[in-house]
Amino acid sequence: MKLRNILAVLIASAALTACGGGEKAADKAKEAATETATKVTETVKEKVTEKVKEVVKGKSAADTKVGFVYVGPVGDHGWSYEHDQSRQALEKALGVKTTFVESVPEGADAERVITQLANDGNDVIFTTSFGYMNPTLKVAKKFPNVRFEHATGYKRADNVSTYSARFYEGRAILGTIAGKMTKSNIIGYIGSFPIPEVIRGIDAMTIAARKVNPNVKVKVVWVNSWFDPGKEGDAAKALIDQGADIITQHTDSPAPLQVAEKRGVYAFGQASDMKSFAPTKQLTSIIDNWSDYYIARTKAAIDGSWKSTDTWDGIKAGMVVMAPYGDAVPADVREMADKVKASIVDGSFHPFQGPIKNQKGELVVKEGETLGDGDLAKLNWYVEGVEGSIPK
Amino acid sequence: MLPRLIPRLEKRQTPSKAMIYLSPLLAIFLTLISSVVLFLIMNVSPLEALHAFFIKPISTIYGLTELAVKATPLVLIGVALSLGFRAGVWNIGAEGQLILGGIFGGATALFFYEKTGFYIIPLILIAGVVGGMLWAGIVAFLRTKFNANEILTSLMLSYVASLLLNLLIHGPLKDPDGFNFPESRLFSDSALLPILYDGTRLHIGAIIALLAVGLGWILLSRTLLGYQIKVTGDAPAAGEYAGFSHSKIIWITLLLSGGVAGLAGAIEVSGPIGQLLPTISPGYGFTAIIVAYVGRLHPVGVLFAGLLLALTYLGGETAQISLKLPIAVTGVFQGLLLFFLLASDVLIHYRIQFGKQGAIA
Repeated sequence: MKLRNILAVLIASAALTACGGGEKAADKAKEAATETATKVTETVKEKVTEKVKEVVKGKSAADTKVGFVYVGPVGDHGWSYEHDQSRQALEKALGVKTTFVESVPEGADAERVITQLANDGNDVIFTTSFGYMNPTLKVAKKFPNVRFEHATGYKRADNVSTYSARFYEGRAILGTIAGKMTKSNIIGYIGSFPIPEVIRGIDAMTIAARKVNPNVKVKVVWVNSWFDPGKEGDAAKALIDQGADIITQHTDSPAPLQVAEKRGVYAFGQASDMKSFAPTKQLTSIIDNWSDYYIARTKAAIDGSWKSTDTWDGIKAGMVVMAPYGDAVPADVREMADKVKASIVDGSFHPFQGPIKNQKGELVVKEGETLGDGDLAKLNWYVEGVEGSIPK
Repeated sequence: MLPRLIPRLEKRQTPSKAMIYLSPLLAIFLTLISSVVLFLIMNVSPLEALHAFFIKPISTIYGLTELAVKATPLVLIGVALSLGFRAGVWNIGAEGQLILGGIFGGATALFFYEKTGFYIIPLILIAGVVGGMLWAGIVAFLRTKFNANEILTSLMLSYVASLLLNLLIHGPLKDPDGFNFPESRLFSDSALLPILYDGTRLHIGAIIALLAVGLGWILLSRTLLGYQIKVTGDAPAAGEYAGFSHSKIIWITLLLSGGVAGLAGAIEVSGPIGQLLPTISPGYGFTAIIVAYVGRLHPVGVLFAGLLLALTYLGGETAQISLKLPIAVTGVFQGLLLFFLLASDVLIHYRIQFGKQGAIA
């Protein structure tokens, strides 16, 4: 209102001057008026920007709210459990307020839940499953001032970042251990959905296992779910019946480990340390650790340095952590696994470095070459040693 | 004497008509009371909790529209299922029929990808109906031809439908630019249902659901077919005697409920979802069975029951966000509601007696 009043007065005075003092004067007055008007607009603009900055900066950690959307129950002891552990770590580290909604189906409901969190005044919202990708983007469009962080997706926007972990690095360590410890040379792998993320894990493990034991074969059973203890347990039983003496899974419940413990075969934990479910049979576990990322991103949102980014970190950055070895892992195998881990961290080894052959035995990645991030992001073929075909 | 202490249910001669309609209210009342106890045990203020569950979700216009979005498939399928249940045709597989409708509708939407035309949305909806009818038609065929129990066949076909959707989404319907993720492309705008209120997700499907309520009511109370459905359900022998073909009723009710469930599926994928996903329904087809019964198998009752059930879902989310209550509370809530409803129904139709049959005459 004020700005408009000032402009009106200026224009009126300019017009008056114009009437009184000929064309030149009128031109000058016009110029002056335009100049003043521009100046006024600029000052107002600056002031508004300052105000906005103040508001953003003025938001202390204690006023900052961070929301989380989980695909499973927080008690799944796997994927959602670890996200929730990291949420608690974030709350402790920065003193921000956090909320979460668990077991949100990946469909029409996700958009409503994310909207509700945004409406509820959350400044940063982490949506922690692939299926939330499009809903997250839809909601982000309506809330340009809220920062969104989507796990494992590939679509970004000005206020939507993506993040994921290089779990395949951990799979290479599992593969090394499995290759050394299997007697039947059959490793059972329980898959959730045949997406690049899961295929990468299967391939990385197979490559690593066959490096130490060329006779290893990997059998895959798909359960078409991220969390279904019943199906996961049945899949483990089926794989053991087919001769697998080491079980690993890319699903979120500890059911396969319970089956392994009962049937006397080895297994690896997934997403969190699942030792309590297979005290004598868990060899190690890939632990997802999102805490550092959640803390860093929330800090960035508080101090105003948040930008849309694409993060894909592994063992080196601490996003992928290996659980302590089980008692059953002999010293020489531990040493070997430690070496693989160290070489991944110092960059001298990449789980997808050539030579890599596909199922037909054709050389796909030559010696000295490495599969790049772009190819890894859309990986859709099995390496030599994996049995069966990818469901199409 | 021991037999005296064992309670027994004895059928009432004339169950109270008023109570039959009052029992849902009674069940809601009892659910509220026991949830207050539940919240007290959980150390949460019952008033705050109930506010979060039932008031806060619908205290804004946005919340109301979301309630309608969530209730739309429940009401649609609930109305259609009621017709079948009234006739004693137990279609438990609305979930599968919904998925088939989603597949058919979704495939139609993808067929017209990046094309425009007023005819696209009607075609999607019709395709959905056809898909659902096809799936329910199998059930009707097996029932009328081989007397196969429709409860089993329709339920099993639901799992087949879910696998079929997975197959298609991993194969021909997969987004070619989607990094091999099991999702279809996002539908073009021309294949998305019109929004009734800008800035919300309230789509035209809500009106279709209301229409279904009206049409269902007229069909049941004003048409010969409705009469035949009721007679076949209440007294099958009388129906046969009156010349009503039992297999005709089976076919009609199954095709009707299947078609409407399929329509709901097409509405979901071209409405709030906007693409085909491995799971397009969080069990609407099964929840709708509860909705149909809480609504007393009456279209208007189903409308209220659908809204109520939808509200418990929304409330469950609000309670998680504002009170940090676990999601399990929502399940307990819905379970209590159903339990009390069934319990009061039993007591309306039966009375508890102690002692031997006929001992107290």
